[in-house]
Amino acid sequence: MRRHTLALLVLLVLLPSPKTAAATDELRFYLRSEPKTFNPLKAADDASETIRYLTGGVLVRLNRDTQKLQPELASSWKVSRDGRQITFVLRRELRFSDGTPFTAQDVKYTMEQLMNPDLHSPTADSFRSGSGKIECEAPAPDKAVIRFPAPLAGLDRLFDQVAILSSQSPHKEMAVLGPFYVSDHKPGSYVYLRRNPNYWKRDSLGRQLPYISSIRLDIQSNHDIELMKFGRGEIHLINSLDADYFDRLSATSPAMVHDAGVSLDSEQMWFNQVATAPIPAYKLRWFASRNFRRAISSAINREDLCKVVYHGHAQPAMGPVSPANKFWFNASLRPVQFDPNSAMQFLRADGFQLVEGKLRDREGHAVEFSVVTNAGNRARERMATMVQQDLRAIGMTVNIVTLDFPSLLQRITQDFNYEAVLLGLVNVELDPNEQMNVWLSSSETHQWNPKQKTPATMWEAQIDGLMRAQASTMDDRLRKKDFDLVQEIVAEQAPFIYLVNKHALTAVSRWVEGAKPVVLRPQTYWNIEYLKLDVERDDNGK
Amino acid sequence: MKRVRQAASVLVCTLVLISVVGGILSHFDYSQQDREQVNCAPSRAHWLGTDDLGRDRLARLLHGARVSILLAPAAAAISMLLAFAIGAVPGFAGGLAERAAKTVIDLALSVPWLFLLLIARAMLPLNTSPAASAMITFLVLGLLGWAAPARILLARARGLRQAGFITLARSMGAPPARLLCRHVLPNLRPVVAAQFWISVPIFILSEANLSILGLGVAEPLPSLGSLLRELESVLSLRADLWRFVPLVVLVLMVSSLQVAVSRQEVYS
Amino acid sequence: MLSSILRRLLLAVCTIVAGGFFSAALVRCAPGFGTDERQLDPRLSNDSIRAIQGLHAEDRNIVRSYLTSLGRTLRGDLGVSRTLNRPVRQLLHDRAAVTATVAGKGLALAWSAAVGMAFAAWFWHTPALRLSVTLFSGALLCLPAGVLALLAILLDLPAYLVIALIVYPKVHRYLSGLVEAACKMPHIITARATGATETRIFLRHVLPVIRREVLALAGVSIGIALSAAIPVEALCGVAGIGQLAWQSALARDLPLLTNVAMLVIACVVLANSGADLLSEERRQPA
Repeated sequence: MRRHTLALLVLLVLLPSPKTAAATDELRFYLRSEPKTFNPLKAADDASETIRYLTGGVLVRLNRDTQKLQPELASSWKVSRDGRQITFVLRRELRFSDGTPFTAQDVKYTMEQLMNPDLHSPTADSFRSGSGKIECEAPAPDKAVIRFPAPLAGLDRLFDQVAILSSQSPHKEMAVLGPFYVSDHKPGSYVYLRRNPNYWKRDSLGRQLPYISSIRLDIQSNHDIELMKFGRGEIHLINSLDADYFDRLSATSPAMVHDAGVSLDSEQMWFNQVATAPIPAYKLRWFASRNFRRAISSAINREDLCKVVYHGHAQPAMGPVSPANKFWFNASLRPVQFDPNSAMQFLRADGFQLVEGKLRDREGHAVEFSVVTNAGNRARERMATMVQQDLRAIGMTVNIVTLDFPSLLQRITQDFNYEAVLLGLVNVELDPNEQMNVWLSSSETHQWNPKQKTPATMWEAQIDGLMRAQASTMDDRLRKKDFDLVQEIVAEQAPFIYLVNKHALTAVSRWVEGAKPVVLRPQTYWNIEYLKLDVERDDNGK
Repeated sequence: MKRVRQAASVLVCTLVLISVVGGILSHFDYSQQDREQVNCAPSRAHWLGTDDLGRDRLARLLHGARVSILLAPAAAAISMLLAFAIGAVPGFAGGLAERAAKTVIDLALSVPWLFLLLIARAMLPLNTSPAASAMITFLVLGLLGWAAPARILLARARGLRQAGFITLARSMGAPPARLLCRHVLPNLRPVVAAQFWISVPIFILSEANLSILGLGVAEPLPSLGSLLRELESVLSLRADLWRFVPLVVLVLMVSSLQVAVSRQEVYS
Repeated sequence: MLSSILRRLLLAVCTIVAGGFFSAALVRCAPGFGTDERQLDPRLSNDSIRAIQGLHAEDRNIVRSYLTSLGRTLRGDLGVSRTLNRPVRQLLHDRAAVTATVAGKGLALAWSAAVGMAFAAWFWHTPALRLSVTLFSGALLCLPAGVLALLAILLDLPAYLVIALIVYPKVHRYLSGLVEAACKMPHIITARATGATETRIFLRHVLPVIRREVLALAGVSIGIALSAAIPVEALCGVAGIGQLAWQSALARDLPLLTNVAMLVIACVVLANSGADLLSEERRQPA
């Protein structure tokens, strides 16, 4: 009896029941958390950025497929030679979702709001190239000119993140220029978007876009439930799929899952090198040693991590830039080979020795340290366990501590009461300027040793210089040369031990037409205006 | 029922014996990863298959059962001692003690202990060994799990205060301590026993949930709770029957214990 | 009677206030308070990150912060949630009814099942039935709440059923123990000897004897149901107080957490006080 019941349960999971959305023209997918704000200028979390992408109108858009900029609200734009000015020519006779006309004054207003220091907007900080005010003028209703105090490399791409607000609308940030607007919101439950009746874009036949009339974004953080609902046809997209679930869906519905290849994201470890950290001094000496870090890096089997944790949907990482970032990736870099012998050589060079199977430093301390990671991320917990075994083979004892995210954050940004961390880096942008604050030694986000008054090491000083140099020139060749050198220094010194670059795994229901999953975020709905729902469609797309 | 009780006792002893000396049943180490044999079905080499990291499930089950079976009852015993001290004693005493106890119990039932656990984790050294982490976790569970049974023990003890046999004993000069131990405690046994058997599986499951706070049994040490948490992905990933074995073991253990020790209760 | 009720009310209010302070202090002292995931955003400048870190400066002194919020609460202002950017009062108002419904139905179902099973065991008292019931409640106790919630979603079952499945084994185990103890009492033997039916004995002689403990158990089960509501609502996507509590706990949202804690404390205190009052009422001398 129990076996039959279990079989029935399995059947229910395997076969997606033909449940559909209440309306056949309503796209449904999940947000993994509550959006913190609907103000596009303040959006910094994943959920808020999703809303911004779906509702915000931008001057230029980075095409997630071709990775090239294309005109949006601006029909054309020009960046001055010195990189300090950008001029936009705007499309005419456009209106916000509430009917308010769109003019250059709105661009000016948006920039003024964005650059408000009280906003703490990451987009605004990206614009702050130097001290001095950013000026925006609207010499004509369809022309906006923005001037910066210092040259800003990659200036035009930054406007992909700036959703234009209305300077006149009484609805403030709720009046939008994007394909959808927020129609309803129940905190903790869902956000409902409707088609913007005044959206300016049309398809090749002159039909107004978007094709879909509404989007329902339920808030659900549980991946198992998301998979179940997708299998039953209750949601249409999964924008980021774990490898386990990818394989599960692939077995039953191969046409609905997509592996777009290696993404921009990476998983890495780093050691605490803060001199004042409340950890034993001898451990700080270990972590500050390049040989120690290189040894750890050599002792970790990245191929196994890719195979076991990600089921082959990942590749060993080589550095801070993923190969998916075709232009900025340093193609001369190679992944660190799994080589315990090489690891032992590095360690012996620093005076470490194996004594009865346990590694000890020259003062006789047994090499034991903890790795903290955030709880609830199964992939990271498994990686940490595999790293634990790999390092045990060279005599190290590693203790894994999983913490809830705020506790982890406190340790790595405020108390510095940690020894090693295993976390991931989500790269939204291609341009290395977005990582500036990771590499500048004086920065708060220079993770392994932040807020240095002067660079603690020669190589960090070198990286500081190179990053500043590449940010101040408009010549992409020179920038690439500098940034390639940064990547080589990082590979040599290993302040971050890069483990894997995950693939971009997504799921798209067979009822969705026009989807073309890509590597850049948002992977599945980057071309939301062109997506259609057809519930008659079969598995073969007919 | 006597035969059923005997059978349950035998089952309990067998399960405890297997978990304690079960290392000989599996020649694999519970932490040993075989990365070529990940998520394998049961075979001659791996009787219950392997887990996500290629570790032998049987070895992990045996070791995990040992951890949970030894520590969870200990934690339950601690919580019952506290429940008796904070619930039954003031309930029997009455007056201000009883009112104060009720207030403390109500508070204990409703404040978010999650944050106390976070504070506890923050105070622990980072390099706490998995075994020490497990013991501390169950100790904390025991120290926090007394409130619900204390409430019921208080109510029961208060009722016994006016019982005839208590009045008789009191009139014969029995001191309060003797009244508590010889007359009240035996009458509280059904409630104490009930809570004890409820607490064991609850603590085993709670330990697994505490991993989100950095407490709980740390990798690579397994526990029944952490093995049971895998069931959450069973429904969405793969409904392999052998993943339910830890659940079956725990159910058998808890139910057998309940049946084995249930007997005629003393009544008031 | 009136003075007893007033005394209890006063004690309840003091308990709620003290519990609120204790909860706020726990949240404030717990690691992770005042952190913001934006601190890891490499796009933010040092100044922005420092400004974000300083956003919770007003909560550094927990006593002052709590007294200020208490004063606002008395004026009807429960503050604004830092994670949801909405007035706490509105959030609680929208969600309290949902949780009350889910938890209420779950409790009712759990108690009905528990009393029903206890009666069935009383009436038929066969070893097979007792064993089956023990195994069933044992299995439910051993299943993680997450698995039960996922099963419910898979089978399209309502969330209150999950709460019932979580509460039932705990209630049943106590209840069956109390019933078992009661059935050995001399007056039960007497009642049987006089020819009373088992149903009459159960209703007229067993339940009244264990009424006090059952009422206490009822009060405690409300606390159990509210605790169960947290993972169930979070997993089943029910927009209730439980889901709010979980989200706010993870985000260390002090204004929201303090108010949710006080609401839960109020429910538990009132439930237990009510149970005590009911169990005391009959004890007045005739």
